[in-house]
Amino acid sequence: METTEQTHYFVPSPSRWPLVGSAALFCLGLGAALTVNSLGVGKVLLALGFAILLWMLFGWFGDVIRESLNGAYHGKEDMSFRWGMGWFIFSEVMFFAAFFGALFYVRTISVPELGDMAHKLLYPDFTAAWPLSTGPGITQHYEAVAAWGLPAINTLLLLTSGATVTWAHWGLIQGKRKQLAAGLALTVLLGASFLTLQFVEYHHAFTELNLTLAAGAYGMTFFMLTGFHGLHVLLGTIILFVVLLRVLRGHFDEHNHFAFEAAAWYWHFVDVVWLLLFVFVYWL
Amino acid sequence: MATVTDTQHAPHSHGKPSGLSRWLTATNHKDIGTLYLWFSFAMFLSGGVMALCIRAELFHPGLQFFQPELFNQFTTLHGLIMVFGAIMPAFTGLANWLLPLMIGAPDMAFARMNNWSFWLLPPAALLLLASFAVPGGAAAAGWTLYAPLSTQMGMGMDMTIFAIHIMGISSIMGSINIIVTILNLRAPGMTLMKMPMFAWATLITAYLIIAVMPVLAGAVTMVLTDRHFGTHFFNAAGGGDPILYQHVFWFFGHPEVYIMALPAFGIISHVIPTFARKPLFGYTSMVYATSSIGILSFMVWAHHMFATGMPATAQLFFMYATMLIAVPTGVKVFNWIATMWEGSMTFETPMLFAIGFIMLFTIGGLSGVTLSVAAVDIALHASYYVVAHFHYVLVAGALFSLFAAIYYWFPKMTGKMYNERLGKVHFWWSLIWFNVTFFPMHFLGLAGMPRRIPDYALQFTTFNEIASVGAFFFGLGQLIFLYNMLVSIRRGEPAPQKPWEGADTLEWQIPTPAPYHSFAEAPELEVAENGAIRAMKGGKHH
Repeated sequence: METTEQTHYFVPSPSRWPLVGSAALFCLGLGAALTVNSLGVGKVLLALGFAILLWMLFGWFGDVIRESLNGAYHGKEDMSFRWGMGWFIFSEVMFFAAFFGALFYVRTISVPELGDMAHKLLYPDFTAAWPLSTGPGITQHYEAVAAWGLPAINTLLLLTSGATVTWAHWGLIQGKRKQLAAGLALTVLLGASFLTLQFVEYHHAFTELNLTLAAGAYGMTFFMLTGFHGLHVLLGTIILFVVLLRVLRGHFDEHNHFAFEAAAWYWHFVDVVWLLLFVFVYWL
Repeated sequence: MATVTDTQHAPHSHGKPSGLSRWLTATNHKDIGTLYLWFSFAMFLSGGVMALCIRAELFHPGLQFFQPELFNQFTTLHGLIMVFGAIMPAFTGLANWLLPLMIGAPDMAFARMNNWSFWLLPPAALLLLASFAVPGGAAAAGWTLYAPLSTQMGMGMDMTIFAIHIMGISSIMGSINIIVTILNLRAPGMTLMKMPMFAWATLITAYLIIAVMPVLAGAVTMVLTDRHFGTHFFNAAGGGDPILYQHVFWFFGHPEVYIMALPAFGIISHVIPTFARKPLFGYTSMVYATSSIGILSFMVWAHHMFATGMPATAQLFFMYATMLIAVPTGVKVFNWIATMWEGSMTFETPMLFAIGFIMLFTIGGLSGVTLSVAAVDIALHASYYVVAHFHYVLVAGALFSLFAAIYYWFPKMTGKMYNERLGKVHFWWSLIWFNVTFFPMHFLGLAGMPRRIPDYALQFTTFNEIASVGAFFFGLGQLIFLYNMLVSIRRGEPAPQKPWEGADTLEWQIPTPAPYHSFAEAPELEVAENGAIRAMKGGKHH
């Protein structure tokens, strides 16, 4: 790292990828708006948007990786990437905060209020409880997901994957490439197992517990929080997998491995969100 | 010094690109800043046209031109477009143009991502504007998109939701860029506690944006799932609550108010010292005041909800917390006035707008303190008093500061001087008609006229007529600005390197117009407070 003496900073030449990315998000936005209104052309636009987005991701990250391999990045650029990733994760934390806020609000304010005396006229049969088994104005009855079954196993899986990714990091720093690859592969596998178990759990919730997004305050917070978390695990697993592929191609060394660390940070963030989920959604 | 092994990707080996691709594929912070500024001006005009439609309808009681549905769409889109399309992108554009010049950086930290931040905005604006054409029309729930209004309505609401997602992604990336540029790319000698106030203001603004735009994304996502996927976040039938929406929205919405005010404070903190020919009074206290406003902005959100039946304890907490914000804001106003005290002042257009800002923003701030009193707010909530209040801080505040900034930095950006006479006409025209438009709204609100309604009781007619006349003249006056810019860019007199005698920040130490690649090598600086340059060594441009 040469932060102190570096006087040049890498500024990329003009690039078409941002514009391609904007076209992708426009298709996705319009496509989604049409799709939720059951307009057939929306699905086409969504598919097109995803395809363009994938093209953009390959192209853009490809450029960045080439620049990195060609030695365009030094201490200053590396520091920028680190700050950038940190602030991106902070924005993700705040996204989850909105949904945790909704969870705490329905648990401590709206559900108890709907069960109090003032609402007896409106909802005579409703008793406030958590987890709810039905809503004050809905007929669907459902059961909550038990914490100490699959969710506990999933907690164990994610905690272990946090350890394996750190083990891989040690391997990288000490130049033990086999430990690095093995640690990463294990982490990806653990991530994939987590997703598989979550899929099983969702199937169980839908078919046996009658638990859906529409199942009132419990169902909506359960699925929105675990669902968005699951999407982040999926994304994290894909990122770690890409890093693994790059490791197998011989990328990264003891000093130059920001992509690995960014993936690891992201993974730990997903891990911490899960711990909060386990405590506040499943357990308490 | 870093050695660059790959000549193809050597920093700045690329010259100035030309044609359309210069703008579409731009990685240059000045080009991207220019795109931001023109885009925001276009949005300012389209949002302004909607405002004029609103004022035309309100010229007389009864329904003249628009059905209530369309009227509500105008109020909603006027707000959304002015907030997300005009004010925020204009500040981001200025930050893009000025930050690297002010702190001695070669460009923004992530030049490609910078381009993406900008080019996400036109598609989002397109989604918003196109929603007028779909069945059911555009979103009509007010810019706050309160549930349960927003959980009903047609496809226009979905397009608005996804437009907000895209604009949110854009502003988060823009903010990450601003923060990383300031934290990582300051030239040697440009320390944090000496850097320009504009840099401090945008730094804290960017932090606020990253903290709250995801929360807005969460809020509109819950609206979307309530609309289409059967959740009951804002519906008591499933154990949810419409008030929950207001909490989540205003947790975003109140910091958002400062997102549109702090950069203005930064601009004023440069214009006032320049034309008073004195250093900024109380620089350190300005930094701490800006930070305090940033922190306090997270603790006051429920003052938008006094009329929802909150517990009295909560009302008291949010009332006092809100009043507390008047302290750091007061520090700022005091410091600006103290800067002018015994200064040798001249009154060029940027200075006029800055002084207009201080006076009118203070009026808006005081009506804000009035509204913060929970007992008073019960009467004034959702009345024209509120409309008057936030237009004093957003039009005479944010917009006037933007005009000050554009006139102030126009010579550095274009290499030409703007027409001073037209600038002054623009200022006095705007100042007068702004007050004709918005001052009567205080009276209307106090007399009980509700906002967002296309019709009103007869006794409100006179003040509404005055406001409508004012609005049309105010709108017309902005064409003076456009004309001045267009003509001056082509035929303005060449500007010297430092057109303002009292200007002392880094951007005035480099040639005019600013070279396409400024500070390709970082300069070594000796800096005094507020970014005043005492000595500069090195720093190459091409």
